Amino acid sequence: MIDILNALAALANYVFVPAISYGSQLALGALGITLIYGILRFSNFAHGDTMAFGTMVVILTTWWFQGMGISIAPLPTALLALPVGIVVTLVLLLGTDRAVFRFYRRTKAAPIVFVMASLGIMFIYNGLVRFIIGPNEQRFSDGARFIIKAREFKAATGLNEGLSIKLSQGITVITAVIVVVVLFWFLNRTRTGKSMRAFSDNEDLALLSGINPERVVTISWVLVAILATIAGTLYGLDKSYKPFTYFQLLLPMFAAAIVGGLGNPVGAIAGGFVISFSEVAVTYAWKKVLVYLLPEQWAPDGLVQLMSTDYKFAVSFSILVIVLLFRPTGIFKGQSV
Amino acid sequence: MNYRNIALFAVVFALLVLVGFVQSWSVALQLLNLCLISAVMALGVNIQWGYAGLFSVGTMGFIALGGVATVITSMPPVRAAWAAGGAGVIAAFVIAIVTIAGAVQVWKRMKPGKARSLTMIAILVVGFFLYRSIFDPAVQAIESINAASEGYLGGLGLPILFSWVVGGLLAAGVAWVIGKISLGLRSDYLAIATLGIAEIIIYVIKNEDWLTRGVKNVNGIPRPVPYEVQLQAEPWFASWAHFLGLDVVEASSLYVKLAYAALFTVVLVVILWMSEKALKSPWGRMMRAIRDNEEAAEAMGKDVTRRHLQVFILGSAVLGIAGAMMTSLDGLLTPGTYNPLRFTFLIWVMVVVGGSGNNWGAVLGGFLIWFLWVEVEPIGKVTLAFLTSWMADDSGLKQHLMNSAAYMRLLTMGVILLLVLRFSPKGLIPEK
Amino acid sequence: MSDNPYRDARGNKDFSVTDPSKTSHLDIDPTRSGQAVPADGDAPFLIGENMTGGYGRGADILHDCTVAVNRGEIAVIVGPNGAGKSTAMKAIFGMLNLRKGRVVIDGRDITALSPQDRVAQGMAFVPQTNNIFTSMTVEENLEMGAFLRRDDISGTMEQVYELFPILRDKRRQAAGELSGGQRQQVAVGRALMTQPKVLMLDEPTAGVSPIVMDELFDRIIEVARTGISILMVEQNARQALAIADRGYVLVQGRNRYTDTGEALLADPEVRKSFLGG
Repeated sequence: MIDILNALAALANYVFVPAISYGSQLALGALGITLIYGILRFSNFAHGDTMAFGTMVVILTTWWFQGMGISIAPLPTALLALPVGIVVTLVLLLGTDRAVFRFYRRTKAAPIVFVMASLGIMFIYNGLVRFIIGPNEQRFSDGARFIIKAREFKAATGLNEGLSIKLSQGITVITAVIVVVVLFWFLNRTRTGKSMRAFSDNEDLALLSGINPERVVTISWVLVAILATIAGTLYGLDKSYKPFTYFQLLLPMFAAAIVGGLGNPVGAIAGGFVISFSEVAVTYAWKKVLVYLLPEQWAPDGLVQLMSTDYKFAVSFSILVIVLLFRPTGIFKGQSV
Repeated sequence: MNYRNIALFAVVFALLVLVGFVQSWSVALQLLNLCLISAVMALGVNIQWGYAGLFSVGTMGFIALGGVATVITSMPPVRAAWAAGGAGVIAAFVIAIVTIAGAVQVWKRMKPGKARSLTMIAILVVGFFLYRSIFDPAVQAIESINAASEGYLGGLGLPILFSWVVGGLLAAGVAWVIGKISLGLRSDYLAIATLGIAEIIIYVIKNEDWLTRGVKNVNGIPRPVPYEVQLQAEPWFASWAHFLGLDVVEASSLYVKLAYAALFTVVLVVILWMSEKALKSPWGRMMRAIRDNEEAAEAMGKDVTRRHLQVFILGSAVLGIAGAMMTSLDGLLTPGTYNPLRFTFLIWVMVVVGGSGNNWGAVLGGFLIWFLWVEVEPIGKVTLAFLTSWMADDSGLKQHLMNSAAYMRLLTMGVILLLVLRFSPKGLIPEK
Repeated sequence: MSDNPYRDARGNKDFSVTDPSKTSHLDIDPTRSGQAVPADGDAPFLIGENMTGGYGRGADILHDCTVAVNRGEIAVIVGPNGAGKSTAMKAIFGMLNLRKGRVVIDGRDITALSPQDRVAQGMAFVPQTNNIFTSMTVEENLEMGAFLRRDDISGTMEQVYELFPILRDKRRQAAGELSGGQRQQVAVGRALMTQPKVLMLDEPTAGVSPIVMDELFDRIIEVARTGISILMVEQNARQALAIADRGYVLVQGRNRYTDTGEALLADPEVRKSFLGG
């Protein structure tokens, strides 16, 4: 019995907790991608760099707050800086939309032209972020480190295996839940949210019903600014901030959005967790859990790690291919914001 | 070719000559060599995007495969490593292939249902663990052989020029697998598939030390041209340099670069000639017909998926060749330097700016964008120095700006792409 | 192929980067804007007068074509395939550029208005296909129809449910799950939610069974009785003319016959050429 509890504690510590927090971050990122896909009908390659930009503003504001001695300890100061990050990112996104995308909407450009334009924007954001904060790793989390410490957990429960939950992981999950609840309330209960779903479903009919497409697009960018900045900041608090890492998050985020069904917000969330759980599970060394569960003589010699952690991107990608082979439109049917 | 296009090419060459005068001829020739390689890469992407509208963002992966090809073709074999683990690695791969083939056969032959799924999963799981149990010790054995300078299987010791062909074939083979899966799906998912595969290829190259030494790099890849030191020792070369009034060291460096340039030019001309021929052949006309109206082409009995697969493989092969050329120019394989911005998206900028669908446009784009990619940094430094000349030298802002000049190139590429997309959407040399 | 270089997708259909299936099917110019001005002269409630024009810069499809409908009446446009029936209706709704002619509603010249602005002027349009929000519930479809209204819409919604009782039972269901006839009811219901003065229907009975078609026509007559003018394009000319106060027979973008529905049905020449004897 105690063995099973120990195994569960190890499982929770090394698989569940990290996968849930990483999954929440991916889900928020994938939501941004799926929203733009649902409204503007293209995959935004600049999304990773939008996250990097938003997080950069949050970091700079955090440093400024820290310099002035403002703090909300034990919570990280970055949470206080989030609104600033969101507003500045929104200004950037709306400026980009006015300068670049609006023209293509007016000329009714093919969606692939939007994709090309997003490549250009990706380069610009990429340069902008490196120009301002540089390409190096930045740490900006302050406040308490842990909600539950492994040692305290062991002492309290008497188990061999510790369970530690970082404050950043707790914040990630709570924030993600709040954001998702508010987002779904907005999309399903408010007039504006419904008009976005209507536009995503049938652009022509939305027009004939008097829904203003420019307004829908503007609100989508507002949502993207919020989602991207929050997702980026949570990822940075939990791990660390490096512009190139954010650029590379594009792949798992795309994978999450596609696995769930592009254009479908529920799908994006589900996709985020599918990807994160499979990444963590496949690259986790299961020996620790198995030694508690198997009889002694069966105890494994190796680490029982299916793949080295270096291949975690390969995992998200394989999941994607498998899902697409069996369900070409994703787990949830795509294209319905 | 009309006068406008000739003028555009003339401008690019004038820029290269200008670099020769302002910076140095060595820099200009180095630039030219990479321009030539970039042009080949752009031709590869143009075949995929320009001919068939395939949005492949896995360019980096195919270029890296070309790099791997130079190592496995031309590096001398490490006999001790082969003896230690060669058989194990081969056996492991045989098991992997048998497992996958077995799983596919089960999927095809058994009746759909739980039994089939379970059998397939069982075969895959057993096969996987069997594979790992043979593969892991073999790899460990290989990597422990003289780890500081070898620790890998080495190559076949064949001439380096041959590896360019191997690079093309390797890229084509991988493209076949990717295309088979992603173009065959009910809707086409090529973009995400290629984005992912490219990333995986880089991870394999970085981590499979037994194959490519991973991040420890492979140095001293054989060259298709003589080494500078060899040249300097040759009496005929010294007298030749003297005759031209050049320092022997400088002359040897120029000679080597010119030799590379000549080789690359031959490859570029051959691929360009073949691309143009193909585009104007019945095959090329069919490709364009499919691109412009897929339904009509399908109705006329054209197998669109097959054609797309074909064009995807061809383009990837060209990218593989270019990748092999690049690694043999560098003389070393550094898996850590493959970055999607530089090796995927920059090539796309070349094609879009040059003119999608036009081979000459792709070549021009390759030259122009590579030139700017390299030269924007010094130009940006000079500009920033001028703009900040009123600031104190120890001003933090000034130092920050000067240090950030390198990132001007990213901004510039983005701006150029957006401007061309907006004001000249068909590129500098539009498709006819 | 279009002459707009930005619209060239090079045949790309990559589902992972773009969603071409949802791009606009109607040709609506998003930049179009203009003002409604008082019209000179006497006119029926809605009239598209001497309309000449085509899509974009293409050849003219309509030639001096006139279509009108009085308050509370039903007007039907019939004619052979390719006669420009739908085009005439789209012209009235502002979806193509008129080189000549004008559109007047209730004494106001709206020729310069965009389709969205015409909705605000009291016109409602039900396209032939893609005329519902498939992923949204029936009730949400109706709500979206009333998007421009700021007043209480529950009364109008009640009227729609009374007109189409089946929709009340299905109001929580996604509209995309309904049968063909029910979808058409949702489409008409959505259009009615704007409280239009004119309801324009593009082949409302396309693809539904004869029984459902009769039922739909009955409902359309009921709508007209409430004082809403109906302008309708129909393939099923005989049944449509039977309920029409006015009928227009178009051939190659020109008015061929114009009369009351009854008279057209009785006209031997119309019967021979367009009604199959």
